Amino acid sequence: MTQSTSVEHGSGHESQGFWRTYLFSQDHKTIGIQYAITSLLFLLFGFTLMMIMRWQLAYPGQPIPLIGKFLGEANAPDGIMLPEFYNQLGAMHGTIMIFLGVVPLGVGAFGNFVMPLQIGAPDMAFPKLNMMSYWVYFAGGVTMLGSFLLPGGAANSGWTSYPPLSDIATIGQTAWLIGMFFLITSSLLGSINFIVTIVQLRAPGMTFMRLPFFVWAQLVTSFLLLLAFPPLEAAACLQLMDRLAGTSFFLPSGLVVSGQVVQASGGGSPLLWQHLFWFLAHPEVYVLILPAMGIVAEIIANNTRKPLWSYRSLVYSTLFLGFMSFIVWAHHMYITGMGTTLGTFFQVTTMIISIPSVVILAVLIVSLWGGSIRFTTPMMFACAFLPMFGIGGLTGLPLGLAPTDIPLHDTYYVIGHFHYIVAPGSIFALFAGVYYWFPKATGRRMNDTLGKIHFWGSLICINTIFMPMFIQGLAGVSRRLYDGGAQYAHAQGVLSLNLVMSVAAWSLAIFQIPFIINFFVSIRKGKKVGDNPWDATTLEWATSSPPPHGNFIRPVEVYRGPHEYSVPGAARDFLPQNDPA
Amino acid sequence: MNIPYTSEVRPDTGVYNAKLGIWLFLASEVMLFGGLFSAYIFLRTGAATWPHGWEILNIPLATTNTVVLISSSVTMVMAWASLAGGNFARFRRFLGTTVALGVAFLAIKGMEYGMKFEHGLFPATNTFLAIYFTLTGLHGLHVIGGMIVNVYLLGPGSKMWRKDPQRFTNRVEVAGLYWHFVDLVWIFLFPVLYLL
Repeated sequence: MTQSTSVEHGSGHESQGFWRTYLFSQDHKTIGIQYAITSLLFLLFGFTLMMIMRWQLAYPGQPIPLIGKFLGEANAPDGIMLPEFYNQLGAMHGTIMIFLGVVPLGVGAFGNFVMPLQIGAPDMAFPKLNMMSYWVYFAGGVTMLGSFLLPGGAANSGWTSYPPLSDIATIGQTAWLIGMFFLITSSLLGSINFIVTIVQLRAPGMTFMRLPFFVWAQLVTSFLLLLAFPPLEAAACLQLMDRLAGTSFFLPSGLVVSGQVVQASGGGSPLLWQHLFWFLAHPEVYVLILPAMGIVAEIIANNTRKPLWSYRSLVYSTLFLGFMSFIVWAHHMYITGMGTTLGTFFQVTTMIISIPSVVILAVLIVSLWGGSIRFTTPMMFACAFLPMFGIGGLTGLPLGLAPTDIPLHDTYYVIGHFHYIVAPGSIFALFAGVYYWFPKATGRRMNDTLGKIHFWGSLICINTIFMPMFIQGLAGVSRRLYDGGAQYAHAQGVLSLNLVMSVAAWSLAIFQIPFIINFFVSIRKGKKVGDNPWDATTLEWATSSPPPHGNFIRPVEVYRGPHEYSVPGAARDFLPQNDPA
Repeated sequence: MNIPYTSEVRPDTGVYNAKLGIWLFLASEVMLFGGLFSAYIFLRTGAATWPHGWEILNIPLATTNTVVLISSSVTMVMAWASLAGGNFARFRRFLGTTVALGVAFLAIKGMEYGMKFEHGLFPATNTFLAIYFTLTGLHGLHVIGGMIVNVYLLGPGSKMWRKDPQRFTNRVEVAGLYWHFVDLVWIFLFPVLYLL
């Protein structure tokens, strides 16, 4: 709050000491890197949980090799996983991947690092809030991880935490709720900061229609976080009251658990949670995908050496998408017995929201047409994003319509659908972003050969994991089954796919090793690069790599749109936004 | 490093950073309380029986509290107006009154809670009381949060007045916007919980 007294230097090159520089930094670039490293570690952790689960699915009831005996007697006696533990892993895999991995990487890391640079700002509007947002996120992460050590383990009611189960679950669920309060607070602070920065701190000449698309994506994402998370916070308050103060917001009258009538006043409704939860969780889908689309758009414009095809459609579609995402939530709830009138409304809005999504994807695909494409590592990930997101999106359409959703609901088909959006979709785009902006953050490039091994290996493995899920789902195999469906007759024909998917998941882990090596070795040994190694036009490339504290030595002014590549008559094939020529 | 527009207004947007920030924060607060009010409607329309608020709750006390909180909003505006007019002593008197009225509000609310507990009425008793305690409790937390900010602006935070009066006046304005919002929430809570 009193930053007028704390940082009062113009060019901003003074050393601030170890703690202020690396740990409790208020510099958006350092905070962005903190977010990046923390969220990448969480992604790895969440992935590890899934790899353990995949053993149980491939070999139900057999002892887990190597790590089985370290999981604890309460979780996996003799290395054989208990169903309760499987539920914890499933719930925490989802929670960690979404709230601690992909969103903090897409928004906290890339948004923080890149957005102020792209708009020509010296930092975020509220640097102290920015620091606080990271540390509150960190506290949320610690709470979530620490909950594994509680009696009864971590939350085990799924990442959706549906009551009444979650109301009567072990204490890990309370930790989950407290962890969510931290994460919601963090994203609230972050989103306010992002919006104010974009609106207030744009450099002279940076009008809204000259913003790089990545910044637009962050702006809409921030509004979604700002307005969609509070209803979940409200729901979390109510669930916390149910669990701690004995209220019955989500407990219906006469609820029977294990043959006993639950001692509670009753009168509540489990559906209330579902409404409040999905009011957040549907916009959350766009929080997961919009930053990814922003990254892909920047990389495609840069590597095709031509402007995005119809930047304006991209922007208006994104705004419309953001608005519509608030009125589609109940398409997650068709099997709750909702009336056909309400169902019709949500089916219509869901079909409408698919239009801007398709427009965005079409713009990105058409942008490739006629370009002289450079197949750099970031570009390969960005290109792969397009069909992967396409598969994820198209397989979502049958889930948006009640007649087809009802048989598919809660099957592996749903798991396949949203993983195509988030894993080879968002996460591929995030990898693209890491390869693309790494030179800006470190002054060095990541190795291309290792990058391509990482790309091809990941692409093949990830499709081998998720494509069979559609087959299993169409055969009717339910999600969240401890044995992967082994005890169901209708699952027998597709059961062998479980092993295929598991082997692919473990192989995917092996193909992340080149990335991890590449990331850490390149920080010290990567090929040195100049300020603008990709010949890009946006403002983050107009300053040194890494940029100094305060970002720009001289004030920047903006003269043109974000992606002026191959302008006829220009001396070079790119015109930076700050180039008055 | 200086962040632009911390105290001066950006010409093309017409606001300084913190003012836009607080409006966005209040938007999210609207969604938070909106979520809870929706929960109230959802539960009430789905309930077999639902008591009238006035059968259980104390309307005279709540009416007093409404008057107290609205008065505190008035004194909050006066505090800001005093600063804008350059009168620091008057600002202190008005902000002090605002804090005192906040204390009075919480004291009366605490009395109400105490009376309910004495009669064996707890959040777990029924869904009406559950939502009553949750909504008013969360509102009470917001009042406490606002008071902490106001006490800070009255005490250690007021040192900024000498160094950067414009920025300090902005801070009081921003704190005021929040305080009016808290007041506004109560104006919705009162009829919904007590009168309907």
